[in-house]
Amino acid sequence: MFSGLGDFLSSGTSWAFFIFALLAIGGAIFMISFTKVVHMVIAVALTFISLAGLYVILEAEFVAFVQVLIYAGAISILMIFGIMMTKHRQEEEEGPKRPWHEGLAILGAVGLFGVLFYAIQKSTFVSSENLDVGKDNTLEIGKLLYNVHVIPFEIMSVLLTVAFIGAIVVAKREED
Amino acid sequence: MGTIITPYLTLAAILFCIGLYGALTKKNGVIVLLSIELMLNAVNLNLIAFSKLGDHPALTGQIFSLFNITIAAAEAAVGIAILIAIYRNRGTADVTDLDSMKR
Repeated sequence: MFSGLGDFLSSGTSWAFFIFALLAIGGAIFMISFTKVVHMVIAVALTFISLAGLYVILEAEFVAFVQVLIYAGAISILMIFGIMMTKHRQEEEEGPKRPWHEGLAILGAVGLFGVLFYAIQKSTFVSSENLDVGKDNTLEIGKLLYNVHVIPFEIMSVLLTVAFIGAIVVAKREED
Repeated sequence: MGTIITPYLTLAAILFCIGLYGALTKKNGVIVLLSIELMLNAVNLNLIAFSKLGDHPALTGQIFSLFNITIAAAEAAVGIAILIAIYRNRGTADVTDLDSMKR
């Protein structure tokens, strides 16, 4: 089951993966368990930055920096502004009012993880050839994006414009 | 073979399940949105891991993860806008109070 584990823990890349993975899971668990909402946002920003580190390990530098810019920068700040615009009692109240609901959620999440873990451990993944990204990862992504995937790219830009205009219209005050 | 893909997939599964639990149980609307972002991030990690260590490694996985990040940004912006509008009308951002369609 864990046959690759000894091999896995013998190189520096694997230790970097281990540290980043610990930071990511720790940030996610702190997000669940903290009581103040601002602390939750800071914890999940730690998870996003750790995932950017994992992307660097996986030789996806451009996606890593996009991750830092969009997630750790934009989305975290957006969530903090959302917290500021809506008043909170500053504490998630202690003690679940619906214990059966919480229990069912724990059961569902752990069950899903069990199924996923079983499937991942049962399947065999072969890495046939190594990824050839050339010297410049960003250059290769740009070539692909403007040659092969140019229509999805343009549709994505239209979608982003429409979504942001819609967000402004929805959040605007009614009276003016 | 230096690296294997199984640890990345397991980490993504753990993050996805934590995000699912948060999205199902948290009362604060902003935190529910953050949990959904966490689930999308787990999917991005899967895409990039398969883009390097999969059966046919190619840059297409990274392209798809860029599209995914874009969709996540749009979703977060619209979600926060809807939350602000709800807060202005109802005076609460608690998702358990938004049950007027049940009555």
